Amino acid sequence: MRVRLDIKRQRDAQSAPYLQSILYESGDENVTLASALGDIDAGGFKDTDGREVEPIIREQSCLQKKCGACAVVVDGRPALACGTRLRDFERKGYVNVGPLRKFPVIADLLVDRSVIFSQLTQLGIWAENALPCPENTDDIAYEASRCLQCGCCLEVCPNFCPGEKFFGMSAAAAASRLLEQLPPSERRELEKAYSRHFYSGCGKSLACRDICPAGIDTESLMVNSNAAAVWKFLGRRKHG
Amino acid sequence: MDGVIIIGAGLSGLSAALTLAEHGKRCILVSAQPSERAQSVLAEGGINAAADTMGEGDSTALHYEDTMKGGVYLADPNAVEGLTENAPMILKKLTELGVPFNISGGRPVLRNFGGQKKKRTAYAKSSTGKMIMSALTDAVRRYEAKGIVTRYPHHIFMGLIMSRKKCTGAVFRDSYSGKQLMFHGRVIVCCGGMNGFFPEKTTGTTANTGDVQAQLFALGTEFANLEMIQYHPTTIGISGKRCLVTEAARGEGGRLYIMRGGERWYFMEEKYPELKNLMPRDVVAREMFSVRRSADTEGEVMLDMTGLSAEVWQKRLPDLRCEIKEQLGIDPADVPVPVREGIHYFMGGIYVDEHHRTSVVGLYAAGECACQYHGANRLGGNSMLGAIYGGRTAAEDILGSKDTVQGGEPVITEQTAASVKLVREISDILSSALGIVRSEDEISAALVRLDGLRCGGGLDKARLSLARAMLMSALERRESRGAHFREDYSKPDEAMRRTLIARCKDGVTELYFRELPERRAQHEGKA
Repeated sequence: MRVRLDIKRQRDAQSAPYLQSILYESGDENVTLASALGDIDAGGFKDTDGREVEPIIREQSCLQKKCGACAVVVDGRPALACGTRLRDFERKGYVNVGPLRKFPVIADLLVDRSVIFSQLTQLGIWAENALPCPENTDDIAYEASRCLQCGCCLEVCPNFCPGEKFFGMSAAAAASRLLEQLPPSERRELEKAYSRHFYSGCGKSLACRDICPAGIDTESLMVNSNAAAVWKFLGRRKHG
Repeated sequence: MDGVIIIGAGLSGLSAALTLAEHGKRCILVSAQPSERAQSVLAEGGINAAADTMGEGDSTALHYEDTMKGGVYLADPNAVEGLTENAPMILKKLTELGVPFNISGGRPVLRNFGGQKKKRTAYAKSSTGKMIMSALTDAVRRYEAKGIVTRYPHHIFMGLIMSRKKCTGAVFRDSYSGKQLMFHGRVIVCCGGMNGFFPEKTTGTTANTGDVQAQLFALGTEFANLEMIQYHPTTIGISGKRCLVTEAARGEGGRLYIMRGGERWYFMEEKYPELKNLMPRDVVAREMFSVRRSADTEGEVMLDMTGLSAEVWQKRLPDLRCEIKEQLGIDPADVPVPVREGIHYFMGGIYVDEHHRTSVVGLYAAGECACQYHGANRLGGNSMLGAIYGGRTAAEDILGSKDTVQGGEPVITEQTAASVKLVREISDILSSALGIVRSEDEISAALVRLDGLRCGGGLDKARLSLARAMLMSALERRESRGAHFREDYSKPDEAMRRTLIARCKDGVTELYFRELPERRAQHEGKA
């Protein structure tokens, strides 16, 4: 397996970005972009101009698509580096790798995604009282809790822009759990926040559903949350 | 005083923060990455609690016995008593926080797990850790909004603040800006296991570098039972790491076999007719290691999950099936999966008493970084329980203490950039001697190789020092107990049923055994 990695690099937030091309070979046909970057960190790699490659600054953690740390842009689409198999680019011969574009770059592939988490606090995603135990397994709450908060959905969302009123699917997914679990009488504030920061700004492109690296069924979450937060007077079977 | 300083935002850190915040105590939650990236999200199979929702006559006393026996009686009995007694309450609290456990008739369903004769493991399909983390992160967020919990994500530990041998705070560096921050207060270390000493060889995250432990060791903090490293029996090799196949796969009916004479040999079922494939992990891992090396067997040990029903795959193990399909390109519902043992958990770590106090006054440790509850071998389902209960216990001890924390001078380890090459060399050496079966010759040879490594000062030196202590501990425990199997001392030695302490004093590592606490009578409170 042999592929050229064209990596968009940036020494720090103030520096100008530049492209560095690195030829990468591996005997492992399953090798991921995350592992390749790890190998490059170990040293001994030169770029196609013959310069030694410095370690590539980035976030990573679980290496198995369960934590969302290593989200980057691969050939124009956001993806987890640990879920990106380099063999998929072997025929083409190269792959473009860059940082997520909707968040401030700290250095190289590392971006500041703190807006994702501050939005969750602003939305008020928590329960003030003990939640009632459902009669049976709550699949909506399970699906909502799977969100990695990686930011891939925000990257592709045509409506999301950091710092604006619309918070995007990462916040909506987290809200979905409590909109499902909170008794109607205790979720008024969250309903309002959901309507204001998600429902009213979502253009229903469903790009989030197609891009989610965890494969979360965002459409189902939306249907459920919209019913709870917006069409509440029609009621839902569960609380109806 | 700034508040209680919690280092690490995984399960134990969140549990400590929530406990403090619920009592109105300010705390600072510092971590290298947000909670969503913590290793706790990888936990799959479940969390133990003798809630007896399955009507099997389970009890906290049986949970206690199984935990002590599984750990081959090397754990602190009073700490384990507290853990197991409180487990049903913790499960109830998690349910109230909205963790979407598998539920039937308004009560959590419990599944079988290794080393336990009763169904005792509550679960959320096969992503229990992620589900618990999501709910706990939300619960702590409520106190972030109130200003009681202040998060410092993307911050790296640099050292402690010390005053007359007491810890009075900690120093951090913002990895985004490079800015240094100092906080005063009691410190709870919740930094996870020492995966960073075994890159690519563990089921954990790369973010658990072991750097905090290395620095605390160099500062003279006592560590314990460093030789106790758990190999999970069922892992698969994926790009850059070992990937866990949850014990729940066997709990739900998965069977281990190896080919012998052209036929499947279900060796666990033949050798252990009572618990079969659900023996404690140390036993299963050792048996797998042994049968694979047997002259009359062929190939890898296989985990056969083809007998699991469609309902089990859909309702109990859906994420596991997806993961195996994606990583190996095979459907475990159709074909058996080749599995091998992989490093999964560090029972040893920072020495703590049952209140989670370390040897340094003012410094606490909880979660996987602490040596507590699991003895010589951890039972599946007890790690998340230990993390939650441990974080809570440390926080409660701080809530109950009156003396103030102030003053002191920072003691900072020079933050030499971790050399990937050195880290890989240390890993190779440790792995050569700290496998499933160990011997004096191998450990001694590894020590010689380790001493031959060249490194600078600061963090690299601290890492080498802790790596050396791991090897020395494995050499010193001249017996076989739980995860530590010595082919030259193949039996447990009752005289060694003691905690093995490692401490760095004036740059030299010293080892000594410490007696285990006596089990208190049940009517007596905590010491």
